[in-house]
Amino acid sequence: MAYSEKLIDHYENPRNIGSLDKNAEDVGTGLVGAPACGDVMKLQIKVGPDGLIEDAKFKTFGCGSAIASSSLVTEWVKGKTIDEAETIKNTDIARHLALPPVKIHCSVLAEDAIKAAIADYRAKAQKEEPKEAAE
Amino acid sequence: MTAITQIRRNDQPIYLDYQATTPMDPRVLEVMMPYFTHKFGNPGSRSHAYGWEAEEAVEKARGQIAKLIGADEKEVIYTSGATESNNLAIRGVAEFYKDRKNHIITTVTEHKCVLDTCRHLEQQGFEVTYLPVQQNGLLDLDVLRAAITDKTVLVSVMAVNNEIGVIQPLAEIGKICRERKVFFHTDAAQAAGKIPLDVEAMNIDLMSISGHKIYGPKGIGALYVRRKPRVRLVAMIYGGGQERGFRSGTLPTPLCVGLGEACEIAMKEMGTEAKHLAKLQERMLKGLRAKLTDIVVNGDLEQRIPGNLNISFAYVEGESLMMGIKNLSVSSGSACTSASLEPSYVLRALGVEEEMAHTSLRIGLGRFTTEHEVDTAVDELVRHVTKLRAMSPLWEMAQEGIDLKSIEWAAH
Ligand SMILES: Cc1ncc(COP(=O)(O)O)c(C=O)c1O
Repeated sequence: MAYSEKLIDHYENPRNIGSLDKNAEDVGTGLVGAPACGDVMKLQIKVGPDGLIEDAKFKTFGCGSAIASSSLVTEWVKGKTIDEAETIKNTDIARHLALPPVKIHCSVLAEDAIKAAIADYRAKAQKEEPKEAAE
Repeated sequence: MTAITQIRRNDQPIYLDYQATTPMDPRVLEVMMPYFTHKFGNPGSRSHAYGWEAEEAVEKARGQIAKLIGADEKEVIYTSGATESNNLAIRGVAEFYKDRKNHIITTVTEHKCVLDTCRHLEQQGFEVTYLPVQQNGLLDLDVLRAAITDKTVLVSVMAVNNEIGVIQPLAEIGKICRERKVFFHTDAAQAAGKIPLDVEAMNIDLMSISGHKIYGPKGIGALYVRRKPRVRLVAMIYGGGQERGFRSGTLPTPLCVGLGEACEIAMKEMGTEAKHLAKLQERMLKGLRAKLTDIVVNGDLEQRIPGNLNISFAYVEGESLMMGIKNLSVSSGSACTSASLEPSYVLRALGVEEEMAHTSLRIGLGRFTTEHEVDTAVDELVRHVTKLRAMSPLWEMAQEGIDLKSIEWAAH
């Protein structure tokens, strides 16, 4: 299978590998996929006081397309608000990396990962609010 | 061994996929050459010297093939490869004896060409039993014994598995089949020329052989068909009645000659070659284990041809690993490169969990593999597995002591 240069670049030089503290209040973690299906993505965002995503990290178990898709979204979400990040579509990822048809599910998983990370961040933020109100 | 060690050009990746196919031995090519040019006669031409010369050549080769497996040359027929041999053996026997017996026994880890043939026969109304294998890939003889009925006409069990290289207990299976008066066919595509085979000692009635797995040409194979007691077959290809009517069509003299020579070389060098490969296999495994934890060899390591390793590199997806080791030509244990996204049915049959099946590679060593190539392969594998583990969330969790099975993964 011939992969695009962009995909190979993300596979060979993945951006933002690593982990953030998943217990931190300002970190949202998304863990999607399943080992039995051959791909698992962990994507984390750190949201600054200004509401912008100031850092993003990923770890992925999966094929080259899965690694490239998650690497790419960590680049894309940085500097965005979470509302903006939420609008990233799998089709944009697939187009950017020129994923072959059998690999489209990798981009879907990357979209799921960012959505899950945002949902986790929001859930944490919501839990915090009533606590503050009580004080 | 001969002086031929370098077949690969320096700009080519290291070939470690000898179960997929083998390069032709230059000595085989050499004996084939004249039959492409001035010795071009049709071996079926009985009226002139061109024909006689070609006939002599294909008959000499038939003898070389027969000798490798302890058969008589009259019992060997040429085919286009093991796929055709398997089709002819299984369908040919099933259809010939169908009025008396209609049950066939095989295993779940057979090559697709056996399984597909059996599926076809099921659609035709035959009954097929697909026996499971044990965790080490080997057939349990008691399971076989229990499956045979008085309707069973044929047991078809492969000699050596193409994915995990395990060797089935052929002599024991043959003994059981003979006692129960059931024909025994074995797909020996991966076994012939690699391990000693003897159709008499092992009570084998039909055996499939492929040229391109034993350093011979592609597009040629053979089927051994026992004459005493006689095995009868319905032919699949009709025509001029060549090959005792079992397989019509003009014989491809150069390919026949090549297969014969490949068999003769394999027979002479089997002992030294097996030692050479066992050393390389051990070197590879030792090298990997010295630098990597959590690697598992799939399939029995003892009852195995030395030219095969099928390894799961836990927490690293096989396809991404293959993308990294660009300088090595290996095959993925997970068939993820195909549209199916399903891991290998052979590994599944062994009870290898899907998450482990996704991390496996098949590494095939062969006649022209060198120690230096093995060392280079070990280095590349270690480097890329380490790199990919550093970016694997599963590896991270495992290091933190999290039981991956305790997590509720969303299937997708
Ligand atoms: C076990 C086994 N059987 C049959 C075949 C098919 O052989 P051929 O390519 O000669 O048709 C192969 C090779 O792919 C094989 O490994």
